[in-house]
Amino acid sequence: MSPENIVWLTFFVLSVFVGIEVISKVSSTLHTPLMSGANAIHGIILIGAITVTGTTESTPVVIVGLIAIVLAAVNMVGGFVVTDRMLEMFSGGRKKEPRE
Amino acid sequence: MIEGFSGGWAPFLYLVAAVCFILALKGLSSPKTARNGNLLGAFGAVLATVTVLVDGDLDHMAAILIAIAIGTVVGAVGARRVQMTQMPQLVAMFNGVGGGAAALVALLELDRITGLADPGSYPTFNLAATAFTILVGSVSFSGSAVTFAKLQELMTSRPVIFPGLPIAFGGSLIAAIALAVVIGADPRMWAGIALCLVGLALGVLLVLPVGGADVPIVISLLNAFTGLTVAAGGYVLGNTLLLIAGTLVGASGTLLTRLMAKAMGRSVANILFGALKGGSTLGGGEVSDRPVRSAGPADIAIVLAYAHRVIIVPGYGLAVAQAQHSLRELVDVLGERGIEVDYAIHPVAGRMPGHMNVLLAEAQVPYDQLKEMDDINGEFKQADVVLVVGANDVVNPAAKTTPGAPIYGMPILNADQAKQIVFMKRSMRPGFAGIENELLFDPKTTLLFGDAKDTMSKLLSAVKAL
Repeated sequence: MSPENIVWLTFFVLSVFVGIEVISKVSSTLHTPLMSGANAIHGIILIGAITVTGTTESTPVVIVGLIAIVLAAVNMVGGFVVTDRMLEMFSGGRKKEPRE
Repeated sequence: MIEGFSGGWAPFLYLVAAVCFILALKGLSSPKTARNGNLLGAFGAVLATVTVLVDGDLDHMAAILIAIAIGTVVGAVGARRVQMTQMPQLVAMFNGVGGGAAALVALLELDRITGLADPGSYPTFNLAATAFTILVGSVSFSGSAVTFAKLQELMTSRPVIFPGLPIAFGGSLIAAIALAVVIGADPRMWAGIALCLVGLALGVLLVLPVGGADVPIVISLLNAFTGLTVAAGGYVLGNTLLLIAGTLVGASGTLLTRLMAKAMGRSVANILFGALKGGSTLGGGEVSDRPVRSAGPADIAIVLAYAHRVIIVPGYGLAVAQAQHSLRELVDVLGERGIEVDYAIHPVAGRMPGHMNVLLAEAQVPYDQLKEMDDINGEFKQADVVLVVGANDVVNPAAKTTPGAPIYGMPILNADQAKQIVFMKRSMRPGFAGIENELLFDPKTTLLFGDAKDTMSKLLSAVKAL
């Protein structure tokens, strides 16, 4: 295994442990927002899509790359916005703002 | 190739973004910090995106910015407009498009590799990671699409099984491995596209046999898949942030999937492949014509108004009928009469774990009236009345008594132990799991038929009139 790959493997293994550790105490009340928030985070593939699209000469690649950018942006932006909307309600429930 | 290791500010800013994501997940695990956690995650994502745009030395900048703008508008409008009841579908859709994006990125990377002078000498491990990203991204895309269709009821929510399904699944899996080996040995574009198609087929075959009630677990699992896909994509592109963020989501998503499955008393393997074993042949969904006892709102109002202890079991039907606001009013009125009322929240009430908490929070039900299953299950014996509104499977005793039922083994709310049970239902139709509920025929049970919203307001005025 190349030294470079050892570095990647280190990143990977440590991230696995961090990923498990940070959510190990989540209450079942928050399962839905947590799933939705994690879902938004993997929308970061957006920067991969941008890199691939921006570093090519080939028109077909640009077209497919732009599709990937749109999809990834939907994932990322939509994910964070909808998670915020859910969590807003959790805090709003206490305040009893006037409705209707 | 390894841009992450080049000099400049970009790697440092990616590290900041990665820390934001870690803190976001940490924050989302506790109600007090959840909202800030999510905002911090969004900040990290924006930071990373701006970094790549400024630092990446990119062509086609205008087109890229327009594509980002389109995605942003679609995502934000979808997220703003969606009904809270349709949340699981939306999460499934967002997850699917993310997986699809990752698969496309890997396909384009494969295209770049095949264009090199000597593609055969490209590092095998990179090629394997590319193949993994194409395959799992496609599985996540099509699997999420089927999940979406099931939740949106575009197709039946029952497990779909046909005789050749295990063979088709196994065959596709072998084909996928063979194609991945081809790509590893001698990268070819046709193999990449074929792998993508096989992945799409696998995703469909994986989700079809899963019953409606278990679909949320599958969303969570596919979410973890997409995370791992993004991680592999990060390795392929040499981007540390993608690797770290994807791995975080993959690891936490896997744990979350197991936690959710545990809340339903099931294993993940059982959820995915249980239906294939032919275990859940029960639940034909026929409506039996056995006699039930039903009553009108006025009778139920009297039952409720003269109780001492009432427990409400809310279900998805409540939210679909938008009756949660009237229900909260009813609980307030009963509270004014000195009756002790609590909501018993099953962990998987609604269509997704934790979904019911979101739906009731929307109706501004005070947080402290919501009792988790383990806390309230001992109190049903003392309850004079249990009012089950639009719920079914979560109080179905078949989960305890009928081995082979699709929900067998799922912990349920002990509504059957109460002195009296009132079901508010639209019809005798079975719940999302598609099985009949024995509790409906219990001598202690009274049914109040009708649309939950309509019936709830009649019930409310009847109680007020007493």
